[in-house]
Amino acid sequence: MSLGPYASFIVTSYALVAAVVLILIVWIAIDYRRQKERLRELDASGVIRRSGRSAADIQ
Amino acid sequence: MTLIDLANPTRFLTLTTRLLPWLAAVTATLLLIGLYQSAMAPDDYQQGATVKIMFIHVPNAWLSMFVWGVMSLAALGTLVWRHPLADVAAKAAAPIGAAFTFLALVTGSLWGRPMWGTYWEWDARLTSVLILFLMYLGLIALWRAVEDPSRAARAAAILTLVGAINLPIIKFSVDWWNTLHQPASVMRMGGSSLDRAFLIPLLVMAVAFSLLFVTLHLAAMRNEILRRRVRSLQMMQASQRAA
Repeated sequence: MSLGPYASFIVTSYALVAAVVLILIVWIAIDYRRQKERLRELDASGVIRRSGRSAADIQ
Repeated sequence: MTLIDLANPTRFLTLTTRLLPWLAAVTATLLLIGLYQSAMAPDDYQQGATVKIMFIHVPNAWLSMFVWGVMSLAALGTLVWRHPLADVAAKAAAPIGAAFTFLALVTGSLWGRPMWGTYWEWDARLTSVLILFLMYLGLIALWRAVEDPSRAARAAAILTLVGAINLPIIKFSVDWWNTLHQPASVMRMGGSSLDRAFLIPLLVMAVAFSLLFVTLHLAAMRNEILRRRVRSLQMMQASQRAA
């Protein structure tokens, strides 16, 4: 597969899209872990939800 | 499970936990198929291989507007129906929409340089999409500036609905004004002007990116629900300590 004289523009476009999508996925995954960690800490400190369920129970 | 059941954040969390692995798998599979088809697509007789940029530029451009449309529906949900998940959906969608809009602008610029001879032109389509990007950033800043989520939600909902005026301007800018950007070639009266060799990879990539948005949006909504749960538990803990 030859990308011709403008290969750098094509490769840069695809690489940039891959990088931004990867950043989004990693950012959302890290945020999820952070929130679960905070809920675990709150659970360990004895805080209970109004429903009576554990703070760390996310379902 | 009916739609009304999803108004309950706990039920929503249960559903997303079950759905997300499947959605991620289907999205990844479709993206791989779309990328393979894009790589195998023939060169255009005028643009050569640079036509391959279309397969990522167009889905991102469509999604930049679609996400604002989703946020507009969520804004109505916040202001009219006061749906408990509406502002969660709007807040979670904004950074993802901003990322798609950024990618549409940059890939368009990288496509424009070899084809038009310039990275940027202040024509109606490019300028209106840049305004959309700035509105996304403004909305994210607004969410971060107001601490109380329900107050932030109302202000953000109004800004979102005002910003929705920009969507038809973006869509029809190429018809209303004389622009360097080409007119619509897929969704237009009389059907697509694209050859099947380009249209099929483009549609596969569009569906794959749409599923990517749904997956990321559900995951970001789940995070936002958990963030609010953390906030309310911290407030409960603080009031218990004060008592």
